Amino acid sequence: MSKLTIPIGPQHPALKEPECFIITVDGERICEANMRLGYNHRGIEKRCEEITYIQSAYLIERVCGICSHSHSTAFIQAVEEIAGLEVPKRGLYIRTLFGELERIHSHLLWLGVAGHEIGFDTLLMYSWRDREIVMDILAMVSGNRVNYGMNSIGGVKRDISPEQADAILKAMDDLEERTKYYIELGLQETTLIKRLSGAGSISYEDATRLGAVGPTARASKVDQDVRRDDPYAAYAELEFNVITDDHNDVYGRTLVRLGELMESYKLVRQLIKNMPDGPIRKKGPRKIPAGEAISRYEAPRGEDVHYVKANGTDKAFRVKVRAPTLANLSAVSKMLEGDYLADVPIVIAAIDPCFSCTDRMAVRNIRGGATEMHNPGSLRNFSIDWYRRRGIDFTDLNKKLMKRLERV
Amino acid sequence: MQRPGKMISEVLKHVGKTPATTNYPFEKAEMPEHFRGKLQFLPHRCKGCMLCTKDCPSEAIKIKKVGDKKFEAEIDLDRCIYCGQCVESCFIQALVMTTDFELAALNREDLKMTINEKNSPKPPAEEE
Ligand code: SF4
Ligand code: SF4
Repeated sequence: MSKLTIPIGPQHPALKEPECFIITVDGERICEANMRLGYNHRGIEKRCEEITYIQSAYLIERVCGICSHSHSTAFIQAVEEIAGLEVPKRGLYIRTLFGELERIHSHLLWLGVAGHEIGFDTLLMYSWRDREIVMDILAMVSGNRVNYGMNSIGGVKRDISPEQADAILKAMDDLEERTKYYIELGLQETTLIKRLSGAGSISYEDATRLGAVGPTARASKVDQDVRRDDPYAAYAELEFNVITDDHNDVYGRTLVRLGELMESYKLVRQLIKNMPDGPIRKKGPRKIPAGEAISRYEAPRGEDVHYVKANGTDKAFRVKVRAPTLANLSAVSKMLEGDYLADVPIVIAAIDPCFSCTDRMAVRNIRGGATEMHNPGSLRNFSIDWYRRRGIDFTDLNKKLMKRLERV
Repeated sequence: MQRPGKMISEVLKHVGKTPATTNYPFEKAEMPEHFRGKLQFLPHRCKGCMLCTKDCPSEAIKIKKVGDKKFEAEIDLDRCIYCGQCVESCFIQALVMTTDFELAALNREDLKMTINEKNSPKPPAEEE
């Protein structure tokens, strides 16, 4: 049979974010999978060079809607390291607490999405209902469901009252009970096991070679977790297990995430129990001395890396974000090889992708060989030019649009 | 032991129960006490230091001088990302966040708020 190339995306019903997968199939089997990134470049890194650190913290938080706390913590940790700020213990504990609550909501979200991708929507409904418990907790303490805005340079902004701590503990009990049920479900439900086993297989060797991170790697027996290997915030004082699995497939990734949920409940209880008294923050300086730092953070999806270079002003000289999805993408190509076409949505979903968080753009000028970086404005001009060179002129359309806008 | 249809019992358990969703907007939704909603400006407290304008990540708030030690705030609710930085920056609590979250409007102009002494709540007596 001859080979056929199917482009999936950038706009496709099975994808929630704009990304393009170019899949070559031989019958139902995939022989090659390639992908193209960069459809949702937002110029966040560049923008961070133009706004102050205080403002950047909010922008960086919006790199990702699900792991907002991960990105902001990773960024702020780097800034604090450059400034040599020592964050009060209680601040670190609250920061860690939010990291774990975020992991809980992210993994429950993933469980629902995975259920949805394999046509098991009952699981989606129930796990998302249970996720509301932790969302309510997050909203109660931070004042918002997604972008918590808890981090500030030098600590956290909001303290946790004893009543809130009680509410969190109560929620953990409820969630633990529910998660136990999901684990039982994962171990017994035939549909789930049959559908997920063998899908998106990747061996230990390939996972390490391609640099997979987070639950994706841990499901292939790669025993790595930044929280344990390079402890930040309060993790050095906490006890928890790193969950690994040797199924190497989507089923393994499900079990790892469910196991991590149980560990997170344990961590949250420890954090509340051992939370020291004292201030939650130290006033951070507006100007950060020259220096650079790399900060690692175990986001729900894997290791998140931020690089910050300061030059002594109140604005960063350079900020670089490496979102966990980027590290997992080359593994996805490998996972898809040899799989069925129908497995594409669940295999992609199994790394819990956040493509829009991953998009950084470098435009390579092939003839000159130089690399140019673009911000939203220059990118817009670039695209207008690009089309004009191909005989499509948007000038008239633009004028019409402007007129319209003026009238409104 | 593998069992197909394991979730059926869970589903059946919920048959007689009330739905987990709420009947919003027919029933009012309550936000938690410290929710970050619509901003409220208290002009009698403002000293015009402009720290809020300087720190706002989305250029959503502007403070204008309208008289001797009198200030008015212009807040773009459609620009505001409800981060609470201005509340944090203001050292005399002239800005507070309310739990009001129902901010949809049909017209962009309706999302611009100008708050001055005339249209803001009367200051408590002890502060006069
Ligand atoms: S809440 Fe944030 S975005 Fe809104 S006005 Fe205040 S600082 Fe600006
Ligand atoms: S920070 Fe407070 S006092 Fe200063 S201008 Fe803003 S509202 Fe007024």
